[in-house]
Amino acid sequence: MTTDAGAPSYQDGNALAGPLSELFTVDLTTALTRCTGCGAAGPLAGLRVYAHAPGLVGRCPGCGQVVLRLVRGPRAAWLDLRGTVALRIPLGS
Amino acid sequence: MTVISPGFRGRPRTSGHRLPPGQYETRDFPVLSAGPTPRVAREDWEFTVTTETGDRYRWTWGDLLSLPAERFTVDLHCVTRWSKFGTSWEGVSLDVLLGTVQSASDYALVSAYGGYTTNLPLADLLNGQAWIAHRYEGADLPAEHGGPARLLVPHLYLWKSAKWVRGIELTARSEPGFWESVGYHDYGDPWREQRYQGD
Repeated sequence: MTTDAGAPSYQDGNALAGPLSELFTVDLTTALTRCTGCGAAGPLAGLRVYAHAPGLVGRCPGCGQVVLRLVRGPRAAWLDLRGTVALRIPLGS
Repeated sequence: MTVISPGFRGRPRTSGHRLPPGQYETRDFPVLSAGPTPRVAREDWEFTVTTETGDRYRWTWGDLLSLPAERFTVDLHCVTRWSKFGTSWEGVSLDVLLGTVQSASDYALVSAYGGYTTNLPLADLLNGQAWIAHRYEGADLPAEHGGPARLLVPHLYLWKSAKWVRGIELTARSEPGFWESVGYHDYGDPWREQRYQGD
């Protein structure tokens, strides 16, 4: 099986900034993530975000594994981060 | 004189079709995807059904095409609120594929090339309600719409109709799939507007 190498159907992880700002007071797109699939590290802004879907799906740019999923319902949001080992969130001193 | 009117509380009607609550009609066929589009060669394609005892039933592309196919026209309802009326398909009924399978399970976990999963009761795959569809509007199903073959369960929201379908695992308990595990409804009946958990 191969995947489509044509026109990208994804956006970069900066597309997560607005939806995540509803949940967190810090800008998580600058947080460093480490993929549980391949171990690659990078900012959330570097994820490939598939937004033409029932929710937002952030995939590792290296191996394609799902790192983050965010669904916004009318009364709640669901956030799945099982694809990241941890997030390093920069904070002021 | 009697005036018959659907009234402003009536179910919206468009081009003679019924529209579920909260939906609008589109004439396009939007492409929704949670990841890159898998390209599966027909010679490599296989579809499997695995039972709760570990028995595995397998069909190649040639096996699928050798089975009796049905042509059917159905309306599609996506949870992102678009509906598309009168889509024409060709495929093999799950009644044919599951007819040879011995299982006491009540639930199905559907998996797809690319890693997508979705769950539904086994009963919703039977009795002429579901197909492995491989042709759309008289042509081979394009990859962006799930080709070579996709599941089609049109009485439920379209996220249940897994594109690039690869297999079905029959399970005793309902196990949430890709969207069901992040807030979407376990069943997904568009007529009861079962979009999210708790609806």
